[in-house]
Amino acid sequence: MEATAAEAARSNGRPPDEEARASLPTRLLRGVAGQVQKRIPAADLDERDPDYIRENLPAAWLLSSLWFRGEVRGLGNIPETGPVLLVGNHSGGNMTPDTTVFTLAFCAYFGVERPFYQLAHNLVLSMPQLAFLRKYGTVAASHENSQKALSAGAALLVYPGGDYEVHRPSWERNRVDFGRRQGFIRLALEHDVPIVPVVSIGGQETALFISRGERLAKLLGLDRMFRLNVLPVSLSLPWGLNVGDMLGHLPLPAKITVEALPPIYLREEFGAEPDLDEVYDHVTRLMQDTLDAMAAERRLPVIG
Amino acid sequence: MRAAEAIEVSAPPSVVWKVVSDPTRYLHFLAGFTRWEVVSEDPGGVGARYRMLMRVGSAEIGGLIEVVEWVPERELAWTSITGIDQRGRWRLRERPREDGTLGTWVQLRMTAGVAGSGILGWISEQVAAPTVRGHLRRSLQQLKRQVEHEELRERAAARRRARAGASG
Repeated sequence: MEATAAEAARSNGRPPDEEARASLPTRLLRGVAGQVQKRIPAADLDERDPDYIRENLPAAWLLSSLWFRGEVRGLGNIPETGPVLLVGNHSGGNMTPDTTVFTLAFCAYFGVERPFYQLAHNLVLSMPQLAFLRKYGTVAASHENSQKALSAGAALLVYPGGDYEVHRPSWERNRVDFGRRQGFIRLALEHDVPIVPVVSIGGQETALFISRGERLAKLLGLDRMFRLNVLPVSLSLPWGLNVGDMLGHLPLPAKITVEALPPIYLREEFGAEPDLDEVYDHVTRLMQDTLDAMAAERRLPVIG
Repeated sequence: MRAAEAIEVSAPPSVVWKVVSDPTRYLHFLAGFTRWEVVSEDPGGVGARYRMLMRVGSAEIGGLIEVVEWVPERELAWTSITGIDQRGRWRLRERPREDGTLGTWVQLRMTAGVAGSGILGWISEQVAAPTVRGHLRRSLQQLKRQVEHEELRERAAARRRARAGASG
């Protein structure tokens, strides 16, 4: 069973004759894709290490307080106990400073003992230098992992916009864009857990994001091999022109503000069988309104 | 990180103690603290537990704490159960004043940190210390204002009662 899965991962489910006909660069890319997929850790919530998080809170606090001048509001809106789905808008390219600022604030406020997981792209978790994220409770974005986390009574942070939203151009920085992805609503309904929208601003000012590079990603087949629908192009430190953002970048010290909104109990507000489109429009409208208000508070980009 | 601030209050220790031993009043005078709620059955005495948070930089730090020392009108100390490692202490000492009344020297101490956090932990403590000291200083000033105001009102009420008794 495992051998079959590994073989399928290597060839991405293609027949052997097609694999043989592929050009060398394509085969190389597929080889890398196979390696990446093999590196994605299995769903193991036990890798989260409260002591590790606690010992590293000071470092996260320094980064969040001094570099990003982080400000997190409304943590009291998050239910004190029990499973909850935290739904955020995502910004800042692969460095995602909003996650750093929010995770620190959440762990300091509720204590590292409260189980808290974050879903991340497979590629993030397959990078050896980011292995430490698993100790923070970061798990690969999959239905199985979401199920496990919520069933265990944990708080789960998801970014429905994912790689699509996080690499949006800087001039769309104050826009919530989930690309009509509604999996988070199905997940909340399945587990009957409240949704707490988490709105952040400032992340898209940590570099000059120029394009998502969707066509480029498709042309290179990254969507099929790495589940990557984008190949972002940005101007960032220290690279200058940064294509792909695979090695990350030095984020500009933009002020990051995050606000958690009151919980939404879907069945109480939308009936026993809520319409997914209606819920989606409601959640994104709420988040967009909040983001607009937060944008109105900012006087200058980066400075805040 | 260790922070300690002190202030002289123009009221006897018994009056100051009434305030510092009542956790439900903390948020009325503690500056920078966003939560101080009783989570044990008994709101006071050794073993009482509170959940407290204090805003420092980009986070609200604190956690569950437990009272470990409770000497009425003299000492109240706590230590952390969850959250960051912290210890705190109220010290009250009687100070006779020139006008013959009793005053109180009040000190509020806090030590906080995260064991095992290394050099970055030490740096973060140094960076956070001025903020924490500022919170403690402002808290004591607000405590002084509140206690002295209450003391004045009580004295005025006592004088009114005495006058009413004499005329009756």
